[in-house]
Amino acid sequence: MTTRDTLLYLDGVTVTFDGFRALNALSLVLEQGEMRAVIGPNGAGKTTMMDVITGRTRPDTGRVVFGRDTDLTRLDEPAIAALGIGRKFQKPTVFEPHTVWDNLLLALAGDRRPRFTLWARQSAEERTRIEAILATIRLADHARRRAGDLSHGQKQWLEIGMLLAQEPQLLLVDEPVAGMTDAETEQTAELLREINRSRSVVVVEHDMAFVRALGVRVTVLHEGAVLSEGSIDHVSADPRVVEVYLGR
Amino acid sequence: MSGRATMVCLVLVLGGAAVMAALNLATPAASALHVPAYAVSLAGKYLCYAMLAVAVDLVWGFAGILSLGHAAFFALGGYAMGMYLMRQIGTRGVYGNAVLPDFMVFLNWKSLPWYWYGFDHPAFAVAMVLLVPGVLALVFGWLAFRSRVGGVYLSIITQALTYALLLAFFRNDMGFGGNNGLTDFKDMFSIPLHLDSTRDGLLLATAVLLAAELLVARHVVTSRFGKVLIAVRDSESRTRFLGYRPESYKLFVFVLSAVMAGVGGALYVPQVGIINPGEFAPANSIEAVIWVAVGGRGTLVGAVLGAVLVNLGKTFFTATLPDLWLFALGALFILVTLLLPGGLLGLGRRRPRAAPVTQAPEPAE
Amino acid sequence: MTLLRVLLLLLVLSPFVARAGDDPIADLAGNYDDIRHAVDALSVSGNARAEPVIAALQNGALMVAADRSLWIREGDAMLDARSGAPGSPNGPLKPVRLNNAVRRAIEAAMGNLTLFSADPARRLKAAQALFAQPDPAALPTLDRALAKESVAGVRRLLQQAQAAAVLAGADAPIPDRLAAIVVLRARGDLAASNLLAALAGQPPEVAAAAAEGVAAIARAQKIWALAQGVFYGISLGSVLLLAASGLAITFGVMGVINMAHGEMVMLGAYTTFVVQQAVGAWLPGLAAAGVLIAIPLAFIVSGAVGIAIERLLISFLYGRPLETLLATWGLSLGLQQAVRSLFGASNRDVSTPGWMSGAAQWGGVTITFNRLYIIIFAAFVLAALMAVLRATPLGLQMRAVTQNRRMAAAMGIRTPWIDALTFGLGSGVAGMAGVALSQIDNVSPNLGQGYIIDSFMVVVFGGVGNLWGTLVSALTLGIVNKFLEPVAGAVLGKIFVLVLLILFIQRKPRGLFPLKGRAVEA
Repeated sequence: MTTRDTLLYLDGVTVTFDGFRALNALSLVLEQGEMRAVIGPNGAGKTTMMDVITGRTRPDTGRVVFGRDTDLTRLDEPAIAALGIGRKFQKPTVFEPHTVWDNLLLALAGDRRPRFTLWARQSAEERTRIEAILATIRLADHARRRAGDLSHGQKQWLEIGMLLAQEPQLLLVDEPVAGMTDAETEQTAELLREINRSRSVVVVEHDMAFVRALGVRVTVLHEGAVLSEGSIDHVSADPRVVEVYLGR
Repeated sequence: MSGRATMVCLVLVLGGAAVMAALNLATPAASALHVPAYAVSLAGKYLCYAMLAVAVDLVWGFAGILSLGHAAFFALGGYAMGMYLMRQIGTRGVYGNAVLPDFMVFLNWKSLPWYWYGFDHPAFAVAMVLLVPGVLALVFGWLAFRSRVGGVYLSIITQALTYALLLAFFRNDMGFGGNNGLTDFKDMFSIPLHLDSTRDGLLLATAVLLAAELLVARHVVTSRFGKVLIAVRDSESRTRFLGYRPESYKLFVFVLSAVMAGVGGALYVPQVGIINPGEFAPANSIEAVIWVAVGGRGTLVGAVLGAVLVNLGKTFFTATLPDLWLFALGALFILVTLLLPGGLLGLGRRRPRAAPVTQAPEPAE
Repeated sequence: MTLLRVLLLLLVLSPFVARAGDDPIADLAGNYDDIRHAVDALSVSGNARAEPVIAALQNGALMVAADRSLWIREGDAMLDARSGAPGSPNGPLKPVRLNNAVRRAIEAAMGNLTLFSADPARRLKAAQALFAQPDPAALPTLDRALAKESVAGVRRLLQQAQAAAVLAGADAPIPDRLAAIVVLRARGDLAASNLLAALAGQPPEVAAAAAEGVAAIARAQKIWALAQGVFYGISLGSVLLLAASGLAITFGVMGVINMAHGEMVMLGAYTTFVVQQAVGAWLPGLAAAGVLIAIPLAFIVSGAVGIAIERLLISFLYGRPLETLLATWGLSLGLQQAVRSLFGASNRDVSTPGWMSGAAQWGGVTITFNRLYIIIFAAFVLAALMAVLRATPLGLQMRAVTQNRRMAAAMGIRTPWIDALTFGLGSGVAGMAGVALSQIDNVSPNLGQGYIIDSFMVVVFGGVGNLWGTLVSALTLGIVNKFLEPVAGAVLGKIFVLVLLILFIQRKPRGLFPLKGRAVEA
């Protein structure tokens, strides 16, 4: 495990909102190609952690190092996205007025500047990539539908497809199976494992069955800091974790 | 905004203007078919308003920027044109001063202020028509979008902007004719303005430029740029996490829209014969927004339709029932927002939400 | 120096001391010269009859009988000049005749005499007159008056008049003049400054002290001007605060963009007009209280209109702020036209009750009462608003609904009703603002239009959802505006403030006192 390179390193990150410490000297290391599940009770700081990594929230202290030496706390959201960090939100946010196809087209890695998009024409290569992603996310038959007309689960997949289209090195996925049927949950776990073959993934999730199904290293957050880390069996046996989840 | 609707609109605008101009020139005044000169100018005025409306729709309908100060860009374009027309008067003014416009002579000014230099050259004036609104929009938009001012906050400061300009242009010391503005124009590009043929020409020019504006706007909104823009409108932070810079997109479209509004204003001034600070009134900008809402937000063609219809109504009401006009306009605001969120063009659609008018909850920053 | 002054005083007083035993009243029956001396003597005698006698002399009411007894004619009655008791003179009476020298003497004497009047207000007036026309000849009288004077205000003015008189003469010793300069410098107004400026030609130390005094007065005047500017600024700030505090509720707390807010203010102003008309017609005795009666009524009228607007219009548009903006703008057009149709387009006359007009002088600062009352009223409205929000069940429910609507609803709070009441409260406060504005602005259908942009700027500048922020913001804008006015002119100053605000909001979109936290960002 130690032979692999570190992809993401959170070093003593603290975020305060009006005196409330959302993150308290949080440190976390993610390796290249790893999939990590992050769990924790409400208010443990999971979403704030995602906000800090993606540049939405600036920490009061601490560093977030991506790759070799890029400090993410100095960059804004588009710059971080351009580095190859994709984020999927808790609530599926796809561009509802656009078709499924156009959603993927907008997400495809490429030039994001207005002077390019103003004159851009869809290339044959872009077409093949979109078709490939549509196949992966099982939406090939819905390419011309408005994204707003999709079912909840289909929107989740479309959003994952958009993340794939971004070709990120690191995917941050916030509660991907919330509100999904059991079958959809299973398919999503499979999809994430498939994605993990080529990319690193951080999954924030409440659903313990889903986390268990993923079968990856788990980090438990509590009050803005790491409480426990290890396999799912290890952390669920940890008395501190048990107390946090059941103790009150 | 389907291609067909745009085509129909272009044909109506260009054809209508051509027919009006032709009937004005070719038929005798007594003929039942004759279009009087004032009607030609009135139609030209409506089309100028339509240019403003398309500009407003471009930012509001597609980028979600509700500008309550767009009439300021319209008026600035108008003033740039007005300054050129003032310089064209030459010695034919009341005081016969070859350099100074009448109001400056009246105020005992001895020389032309520096910012009036160059306005005797038509090319310079045209450049200013584009540059002045464009640069103001660039500076204002750069500051606003960079610090992620959006939603109603942006609306409020755009309104404050036009209000500040209104106060400024009312001052005599500004050198723009104060309260009375610029008027008594004689000719444009050395062609006398009072001739019927000039009015017909101006109407045609307006129609052509409106058509061009529509085509440019349509290209912008149907390109990949436009798709990003709509994405920004509905979910700005999501686009940011996709790696787009919403501020660049908004800034581009805001500047483009301001320039379009400026061109509309520049064509408006020779056709109505006056430009005064009243054009900066915040009420004017909000009225332009309601034209767009009436026609159908986010459709471009609807903006043209709305501008022409509402202004026809205004002409009718203010001539026959002046007291009722504000009631009618106020009711229009309320009814359109409550009952007709898709505007008139939304009526014909099976699914009125196809042109999405939903306001995604705007992040506070 | 004190010794010197005492000596001087004695020297000056010696002639009167010498003639103290004489009877000046009797001399009034003599020739012109006698009369003149008698008047002079009387004026400083401290005799209680001096004033009525000289006044009678001036009015031609002093009569002399054949036995040289003196009488004052008052209507049909005759009063004994010496005692003031009614009586009947023996034989025919002749008026005492005057020539110009006597008349001059009388005038000077009246000035002196009022210095000894029993009424402090008259003494003050006399001292003021003497200060305005400094005369070294009046010095002895002034000294005597000062010795007797016990009212501090009059005493100060007497000293100033004395100083002016000392400096007006050429022969006062230098230390006295320097002391006089100190007194004038302490007075510190333009008149004192002028007197000091006239001393440039005097001996060097006097001239230097005078120049320094002029400079000191100029500095003091600047500070007073600053204080005056602050007062005007606070006054404008309180007007802005009044106009904006209702908006701080509807926009700041509820997040509703009510472009018809200005019209709520306008309705309040028209309510004041109607109340004044009604009170004038039916209860003229209460005319002075018309404004006070209008305050609760304006709250009710604007509040009721506000509740109606919320229920019939805004409640359909929650979550669509830009649509709300347009619809309420339409509403504002309708309300303006409705008022125009009802009351006419021209300005309506709202009178200012007597207790609200006038002004007080505080040092170099003029404080007009209507402005002062508006400041007090604004403070009262803000305090009341805070009390309602913090200490009443309604305020608690309002805060609950704005913080977490679903939770509040789950706890049994009728959220639509709270929305309506909150909006009504904000509108009602706007109506009360209208009562105040009717006192300083034209009551016309466009009244509200002039305040809507300013109000929004105040709320946004202060930080949305923060009443203290609104207060600080309104006062800051008011004061900045008033200090820019003399430099840039009223209009340019306002433009400048607007541009500054636009730039500020672009740098700090959440205003001076932003609410922080994740909830705000979500």
